[in-house]
Amino acid sequence: MTLVAERPVRTPAPATPKRRRRPVLPYLLIAPTLLATAYLLLYPLVRNVIISLQEFGLPQLVRGDAKFVGLANYARVLSDPEFWAVVRRTLWFTAINVVLIMVLSTLVALLLVRLGRWLRLLVMGGLVLTWATPVIAATTVFQWLFQSRLGVVNWALVALGFEEYRDYTWFADGEATFGILVALIVWQSIPFAAMSLYAAMITIPQELYEAARMDGAGAWRVFSTITFPMLRAMFGLITCLEVIWVVKAFVQIWVISQGGPGQATTTLPVYAFQVAQSLQRYDLGAAVSMLMVVLLVLALLAYFRQLYRQEREA
Amino acid sequence: MIGRISRTTAALVVFAVSVFPVYWMVLTAFKPTKDIQSATPTFLPLPITFEHFGTAIAAKGFFSFWRNSLLVAGGAVLLSLLVALLAAYAVARLQWKGRRGFILMVFVAQMTPWEALLIPIYVIARDTGMLDTLWMLTLVYFMITLPFTVVTLRGFLAAIPVDLEEAAQVDGCSRAQAFRRVVFPLLAPGLLATSLFGFITAWNEFAFANVLIIKDQDDRTLPVWLSSFNNTFGTDWGATMAASTLFMLPVLLIFIVLQGRVTTGIVGGAVKG
Repeated sequence: MTLVAERPVRTPAPATPKRRRRPVLPYLLIAPTLLATAYLLLYPLVRNVIISLQEFGLPQLVRGDAKFVGLANYARVLSDPEFWAVVRRTLWFTAINVVLIMVLSTLVALLLVRLGRWLRLLVMGGLVLTWATPVIAATTVFQWLFQSRLGVVNWALVALGFEEYRDYTWFADGEATFGILVALIVWQSIPFAAMSLYAAMITIPQELYEAARMDGAGAWRVFSTITFPMLRAMFGLITCLEVIWVVKAFVQIWVISQGGPGQATTTLPVYAFQVAQSLQRYDLGAAVSMLMVVLLVLALLAYFRQLYRQEREA
Repeated sequence: MIGRISRTTAALVVFAVSVFPVYWMVLTAFKPTKDIQSATPTFLPLPITFEHFGTAIAAKGFFSFWRNSLLVAGGAVLLSLLVALLAAYAVARLQWKGRRGFILMVFVAQMTPWEALLIPIYVIARDTGMLDTLWMLTLVYFMITLPFTVVTLRGFLAAIPVDLEEAAQVDGCSRAQAFRRVVFPLLAPGLLATSLFGFITAWNEFAFANVLIIKDQDDRTLPVWLSSFNNTFGTDWGATMAASTLFMLPVLLIFIVLQGRVTTGIVGGAVKG
C-alpha cells in the first residue's frame, strides 16, 4: 500500500560491556511472524514443489503414498500445446489489460490535476466507490449488465442502432467474454493506478510546467519531457504491480466463465486450478502453478528494482 | 473556455463510468420486478421496493453465511494485528541483527501469489483434517493479511517520535509501560485503519473459501454464496443485486470511516506530542 521510507533507528548509546550481549527481545517479538510465515507460506510453497515432482492424483490424495517421478510432470506440461496456448493467452490478456490500465489511468490522473476542487472531489469520490467495490460484487454486477435479455448494455446498444445486439449472448462467445473480463479488470484497476499517479504528479514543481509553457511546449511535449521523465520510477512501479495483479487474476475469470466458453478465457491460474480440481491431477496443476510463480518472480524482480529506484529518488 | 468545457465533460464521463455499475446494482436491488423485466429499463429509483432485500435475507443460510464471514474475517484480523504489532515494534524501534533481512522477507511475503498456493493448501488442509473448517480459512486469511499489517504498522510506529517513549522511560516507565501509555494511544488510529483494510481483504476473499469449504455448505462464506446465486435465486436479478448490495455495505462503510481520518489522526497526535 504505502511505501514508507526507512526511518533511521536511533543507534543505542555507547554500550557498556555488559549491554553488549545480544538482545533477545527483538527475536521473541518476531518469532510469531516467522513461525506463521514458515508454516502457512513457506511450507505450502515447498509442498507445491514436492507435489509437482510426484505422481499425485486422487488415489495418492486419499492414500497418501505419492511417488517421486522427477521432472516428468514438467516435461508433460511443457510438451503440451494446450499449455503454450494458455501461456500465450495469459501474456496477451496481461498486455491488453496493463496497457489499457496505464493509458487510461494516466489520462485520468492528468485530468484530476487540471480539475477544479469540486469536480476533482466528485471524480475521486467515484473512483473510491469503484475501488471499494468487492471483486465478487463487481463480477456479479457485470454479469447482470451484460445479460442477454434484460441486460442494460444490450438495451443501450440496440437503442443506439446496433440491432444485432438484441438478445445477444455475450457469455456464449469466447472473444466477447474475454472483452468483458478485460473491461471488468480495467474498471477495477484504474482507481488505484490513477490516484497513485495523481498523488505523484502533484509533487512536480509548478515552475517546471510554467517554464515549458513559456517556451511554447504543447500538452504532449510537456508530458513527454517533464511529467513522464520525472515520474519514470513511479510509472515503472505501478506497471509492475498491475502486471502481477493481472497475471494472477483468478476470481473474476473463475466466477464469470470458469475459463470458458471452450478455453477462450483460460489463463494460467485458471488452468492450474482446472487441471487440479476438475481432472484431479494435482501434480500437473502444481507444476503449472510453479511455472506461473516463475513468471511472476520475473515481474517481481522488476518491481523490486523499481521500488529500490523509487526509494533512492524520493 | 473550450478547454474547460471539455475537461468538465471528461470529468463527468469518468465519474459516470466509475459509478454506473454500482448505481445499477443498487437501483436494481430497489426496483420492482416488473420494472426489472420491462423492455425499456428505467434509470431513476422510483418507485422503490424492499421486496428483493426480503428475498435475499430469507434465502436459506443467509445469516449463517454472514456469521461465518464475520467470524473468519474478524478472527484473522485480530490474530494478524496481535502478531504484526510485536514484529512491527521490533522492526521500528529496536536494533538487531537480521532486521534488514526480516523486512525484505515481509516485503516478499506481501507479494505472494496466493492463487498459486490453492492446491498445496487444499492438500495440507485435507491431510490435517482441517478441510471444511472455518479455522483453516481463518489461518489462511491471517497469513494473507499479516505481511501488509506488519508493513503498515511499522510505518505508523515509525511516524511516532521515539523521543516521546524515551521521555516516558526517563520518567520511570518500563519499556512496556511506555508503549502502553504513550505509543498505543497514538497508534490507535493506525491500528484501526490497518485492521479495517485487513478485514476488507478477508471479507472479499473468494478463491480459498471456494476450495477449502466443500462438503459442509453451511460453513460457506458470503462471497462463495454470492457467486453461486444462480443456484439460490435462479434468474431473480433483483434478489441477486440486493444480496450484492448487502455484501458490499460493510466495505463501503469502512471506506467512509477511513476517509482521511487516519492520516490526520496520526499527524495531529504526533505534532501535539
